[in-house]
Amino acid sequence: MDLAVVLALEVLNGIASLVLISVGLAIIFGMMRVINLAHGEFLMLGGYAAIVATSRGVNIWIAMLVVAPIVVGIIGVIAERLIIRVLYGRMIDTLLATWGLSLFFVGLVTTIFGNTVAGIGAPLGSVVVGRYSISLYRLVLVAIAAAILVMIYVVLRTTRLGLLARGTMENANMAAALGVSPPRVYTATFGVGAAVTGLAGGLLAPISGVLPTVGAAYVAKAFITVISGGTAIIAGTATAASLFGSVNQLLTYLTTPVIGEAGLLAAAILLLRLLPHGITGKLFRGSL
Amino acid sequence: MSRRRVSPGIALTTAAMIVVGVGGPLVVDQFGLLQLTVFASMCILALSLGVVWGYGGILCFGQSAFFGLGAYTYAVTAVNLGESTVGIVLSVLVPGVFAALLGYFMFYGRLSDVYLGVITLSVTLIFFNLMNSTAGDVYRIGTARLNGFNGMPSLPTFNVPGNPGRLLDPTETFYLVMALLLVVYVGLHAMLASHFGRVVVAVRENETRCELLGYDVRLHKLLIFTLGGGIAGLAGSLFANWGAFVSPNVFSLGMTSQIIIWVIVGGLGTLGGPIIGCLIMQYLATELGTQQLANTSLIFGIIFLAFVLLVPRGIVPSLIAVRARLFGSPRMRPIA
Repeated sequence: MDLAVVLALEVLNGIASLVLISVGLAIIFGMMRVINLAHGEFLMLGGYAAIVATSRGVNIWIAMLVVAPIVVGIIGVIAERLIIRVLYGRMIDTLLATWGLSLFFVGLVTTIFGNTVAGIGAPLGSVVVGRYSISLYRLVLVAIAAAILVMIYVVLRTTRLGLLARGTMENANMAAALGVSPPRVYTATFGVGAAVTGLAGGLLAPISGVLPTVGAAYVAKAFITVISGGTAIIAGTATAASLFGSVNQLLTYLTTPVIGEAGLLAAAILLLRLLPHGITGKLFRGSL
Repeated sequence: MSRRRVSPGIALTTAAMIVVGVGGPLVVDQFGLLQLTVFASMCILALSLGVVWGYGGILCFGQSAFFGLGAYTYAVTAVNLGESTVGIVLSVLVPGVFAALLGYFMFYGRLSDVYLGVITLSVTLIFFNLMNSTAGDVYRIGTARLNGFNGMPSLPTFNVPGNPGRLLDPTETFYLVMALLLVVYVGLHAMLASHFGRVVVAVRENETRCELLGYDVRLHKLLIFTLGGGIAGLAGSLFANWGAFVSPNVFSLGMTSQIIIWVIVGGLGTLGGPIIGCLIMQYLATELGTQQLANTSLIFGIIFLAFVLLVPRGIVPSLIAVRARLFGSPRMRPIA
């Protein structure tokens, strides 16, 4: 019984971390059709922002929940202005340019912080479930991941900003004719996507530590989740993360983490063979 | 074939390869020769992506998956057999078969360009994570321990086929690698000039039209992708032999982005371009590696960005365009 509870929590955790690492990417891809290969580096920068702020005496929660998203959001806005905008509509060139950007960030951070692991201790303690002890912080992550999804839904559905964003993505010319400036909406969207990514990077820093090349560890899973999810930001991320998180964690429990990772990839490739446009390309059409 | 004139660029590149291949050992010292050997192995890798991406139009960001798979296949086979010939053959076949499997899912699922890029990249990164986590005695294939992130050291190097005791010395290895590079280069050009090659390029230009003309687009993409995977695997075995060492870094993001940069810098849609891009960037990487002024990744990132934003066609096609403008010969079609 205890084992079942722990296992269920592990699965929830796997799902939550997939949601965290991929939701920022999903916003940028779902809204702008831009694939940001520097996504892993945005996560890495979020982690460093949180760690540097904490080591300067900022409260760890503020560092993770406020400093990290602001720093990475600003970096995202600058990147959009300087690079993404020039290449808008040229999907492959954007892909390549953001790849260059990713190398640039890895090099820059290595130059500044050195090629060593930095980390902060996870806040909160642990709770005991029968014979097992579970980190409370991991449970909080599950709640935060859910909160982020709810928040994105609320912003897109109920606010004027969300309406403008959805309208621009639907038909940029029409939006422009109605007095909205699409370039500004794109910048804002990219910035928000980057900020959410930074937030995720900050939240994951206590669990995994940060290294200049840590982005590579996240980016594959993030892309697999987003692409398998399809274009709907929330429904896609949530369903794909649930599927792959479960596959990954259950296989990891039954065998080894290595098989768990491979199983995640195999599940994704099989899924895309059956549903080339992702889960929400076929099911839940028209959802957000 | 025989009625077609060989273009001056191809003739020049072939001649240059023969000159370097024959003259190299006479001119440079042992260290220089080892450098040339690894450069030539990398040129084979560059050609593999050059043909898959530049001619097949397949955005493959995972060429280093096949390269690494080839390197590990060679390592495991050579350690188990104590002999290299079977290892070299398998290092082409195993990545080729893997490419065919992966390609089946991607092309027969009709995934679009960008998805292909992301999937192939993810495959590479998962290999990287997988191999990094194979530390420990449990992870062994036959007598070969995979050793996780420490890599597999002291691999048996190439020997004369059928005579495991007779190892190739650095000069002989250099001849072998240059000969393989020449065979791959000329072979790819011959393939591109054949009916199959024409169809592959036609598929790149317009998939729908090819399909309507009755060609199996998916099959052609699958075949060219598999060929590229096999060639990358060959380069992998040459690389593993060169250092007598292989580590998960062959699958790393740095490795895979290098290959992309070679092709971007050299120019898409040519075979000379990836070779030239590879030589320039390899030289630069070696130079940057010997000094501490700037991080290699930082400089490569800037070069990558600069080429995508400013010289999107790459060096060789840009030079061809300049020459065409200066001397008025028929302009090359811009390559999408």
